[in-house]
Amino acid sequence: MAGDTAPHAPTRTLEPAPLAGAPAPGAGGGNGDAPAATSGRARATRSADVVQTRASLIALAVLVVVFAAISPQFRTAGNLQQIIDAAAVLAVLATGITFVLMLGAIDLSLPGVIGACAMTVSLLVANSRNTQDLGLLGIALTILLGAAFGLLSGVLSTRLRIPTFMTTLGMSAIGLGIATILFAGVRPVVLDESLGAWASHRIAGFTVMSLIAVAAVALGWAIQRWTRIGRYAAAIGGAEDIVLLSGVPVARYKTLAFGVAGAFYGLGAVMLTARLGSGVVEAGAGTDFAAITAAVIGGTLLSGGRGGVLQSMIGVLALTVLANGLILTGVSPYVQQAVQGVIVVLAVAVATWPVRRRLGVVK
Amino acid sequence: MSNHVRPAAATSPVLAVRGLTKRYPGVLALDGMDLEVRPREVVGLIGENGAGKSTLLKSLVGLAQPDSGSIVVRGEEVRLRGVAHAASVGIGMVFQEQSLVPNITVAENILLGAEGSGVRGGLFRWRRMAELAQVQLDKIGSTVSARARTDSLTFAQRQMVEVAKVLALEERTAHEPVVLLDEPTSVLEREEVETLFAQVRRLRERASVVFVSHRLDEVLEISDRVYVLRNGRVVAEVDPAEVDATDLHHLLIGRESTGSHYHDDAQQQPAADVRLSVRDLQTAGCTQASFEIRAGEVLGVAGVQGSGREELCRALFGAVPGARGEVLLDGKPLRLDSPRAAVLAGVGYVPSERRTEGVVSSMSVTENMSMAHVGTVCRGPVIDGRRERALVDTWVRRLGIRTPSGDTAIGTLSGGNQQKVVLARWMVSEQLRLLILDHPTRGLDVGAKSEVYELIRELAGSGCAVLLLSDTLEEALAMSHRVLVMKDGRITACLDAPRGGKPDPVAIMEAMV
Repeated sequence: MAGDTAPHAPTRTLEPAPLAGAPAPGAGGGNGDAPAATSGRARATRSADVVQTRASLIALAVLVVVFAAISPQFRTAGNLQQIIDAAAVLAVLATGITFVLMLGAIDLSLPGVIGACAMTVSLLVANSRNTQDLGLLGIALTILLGAAFGLLSGVLSTRLRIPTFMTTLGMSAIGLGIATILFAGVRPVVLDESLGAWASHRIAGFTVMSLIAVAAVALGWAIQRWTRIGRYAAAIGGAEDIVLLSGVPVARYKTLAFGVAGAFYGLGAVMLTARLGSGVVEAGAGTDFAAITAAVIGGTLLSGGRGGVLQSMIGVLALTVLANGLILTGVSPYVQQAVQGVIVVLAVAVATWPVRRRLGVVK
Repeated sequence: MSNHVRPAAATSPVLAVRGLTKRYPGVLALDGMDLEVRPREVVGLIGENGAGKSTLLKSLVGLAQPDSGSIVVRGEEVRLRGVAHAASVGIGMVFQEQSLVPNITVAENILLGAEGSGVRGGLFRWRRMAELAQVQLDKIGSTVSARARTDSLTFAQRQMVEVAKVLALEERTAHEPVVLLDEPTSVLEREEVETLFAQVRRLRERASVVFVSHRLDEVLEISDRVYVLRNGRVVAEVDPAEVDATDLHHLLIGRESTGSHYHDDAQQQPAADVRLSVRDLQTAGCTQASFEIRAGEVLGVAGVQGSGREELCRALFGAVPGARGEVLLDGKPLRLDSPRAAVLAGVGYVPSERRTEGVVSSMSVTENMSMAHVGTVCRGPVIDGRRERALVDTWVRRLGIRTPSGDTAIGTLSGGNQQKVVLARWMVSEQLRLLILDHPTRGLDVGAKSEVYELIRELAGSGCAVLLLSDTLEEALAMSHRVLVMKDGRITACLDAPRGGKPDPVAIMEAMV
């Protein structure tokens, strides 16, 4: 995971200059017109890209080393399993939200979408409340529901031109409302054995859920690498106006990116339900913050165009190691949340440091 | 000089512009423009700022909708709706501010939105993408790798990629495209310009090229025909083999009387004491600038786009990070690290982008005016509304700002009145010692311009030093006591321009381009 910073990593090398002996403009003084400034910025962005990924990896390594030094328990193979299992849900959610963040948009809909999807899946598979027993089909429908939520967020943002901050916040409230209606006062306990096995059954030491998460992350990476949704999302985040001028239906691809994100949230909701053993309305509480934090720590910039699924995974591991290590070293769970808050602000500060002077107005 | 017109070519034009007219509020950007582009030729376009070059190019790629006149492509009149539509009829533009997405590969940029067989079944085939892009890169002999990330390229390399992107139009239209190059050499080093020219000549084998540049020697070198634009019209069509740069200078400037428009009589002798002294100012795009401005003096700065004069002015206001140099304001060092420091030292700045940098359009006239010196109308930490209104009323009357009231949103006023509010923002301060005016009359109509000129005269008369960047050379000469000429980031000349003894614009033009 470490070296593979982006889908275009192998092409990152600078080609030999075709203009023999020509110094780079902008760097060599000369007449620094606006375009030269652009080239300077592009260069800064790129090196910042590499620096950021490296910084994230170093941060992760530092956390691991520090906790391993303090806590003997941390250094066990069992704890490694624990960390992987604990990271599974966040990994899937962070994969999803990366598509939205790449656009330069934001997604705060996770708590609601996950709540609605968690209730839905617990009522579609064998459960204590009704006689449904759709099994895998129920899970698939739940993922589709998540995608539908995402598409709706996307459509509202692009067609009605409402900032994603607002649409997704509203979507979260709508999701929670639907979840509460589905809940109807009686918690549905999941009786479906195969779904229950996601959390309990282990293959080669890892829970089924962890393996599903790995597959989901790989799928997310492939979507980002090989499909228009993934590639255009990066391009839109890089320079939306230029993409639009090239005749790409930007609104459509933005909406689709939200849809992909929603599908991952749906899967995350299924995993959370398997872990909790029943449908819980608040299953997604705090996931919005955790997923954004993970992505940002990994180097996915909130202004879009930078980062990616694999970078986000560095952030997921860093956050999980942090939580795990804080528990093992005896820090109170209440303090942990504050620590997480401090970490995200620091991470954003570090991520934007190289381009800090160029950001101009910050809102 | 010869306004030589070639005998009608046997071939019909690929692209013809007939009587194109476009009016923006207060400005007639295109005034019945007529020109044509024939197959496989390089057409040069030259003209001063505001001559209509950029509006013409925008119209040709559908980014501006002309009010009247027509654009004819291969004999068929078209109404271009946008860049994508222009591309579909074979017109592509290499934008001055580059139009490549930085964080994706060269191949993706070249094929963006038209991947063709590079995407099969919704999946990117990276090898095929690279091959398709390579075909376009080969057309201009570029050695840039199609798989390289775009932001890893130099500026010149990216320009080649843009040309390749425009050439990709060929695959879609089955015609030879028309490639518009907007100021392509403005940020290139000399050797890079040679490379670009070699590629333009190669391009001529398969396309028509429209070449726009401020650098006359370059236009003469590369073009088969040159159109000279002035005030939104073609004033001459020349054969580069038969003219030299001096002829073009005369054509560019024209012969218009200045009249009382500039309030020439109000130009007063500046005081003797040096207000601002700049030594070896160094910033991105501007090197080793040294000059002085005296109290009550208007110093004009002339230069084409990319000459570094904008950077110079912004650096003096502390708006460019990393500017260095010894700058003294009334003998005291002026810090260049923030606009705040500049304002506190008594420096004002009127930016050229009035709408985005000059005014906060949703806020009232009052708020916009008192913004920079709100401390003067405060009682403790609270803004004293009565004092603020009184101050604003005074200035609205003094400058003749036409506004229903001080509470009117400034965005609803005309450009000229907005600009007067921006000027008032600085004039309210009794400590104002230096005012930097970055294209203060841009986008204003004639009457409003004249009023702004009067204010500048008045300001200088009261002892304030003024640094003036003008849209036109004529304005700079008429308004200034002295004119600095900049080229490629350096000051190349400094001419006295006393009342009644204004220097010859042709001389300045020669130092500029």
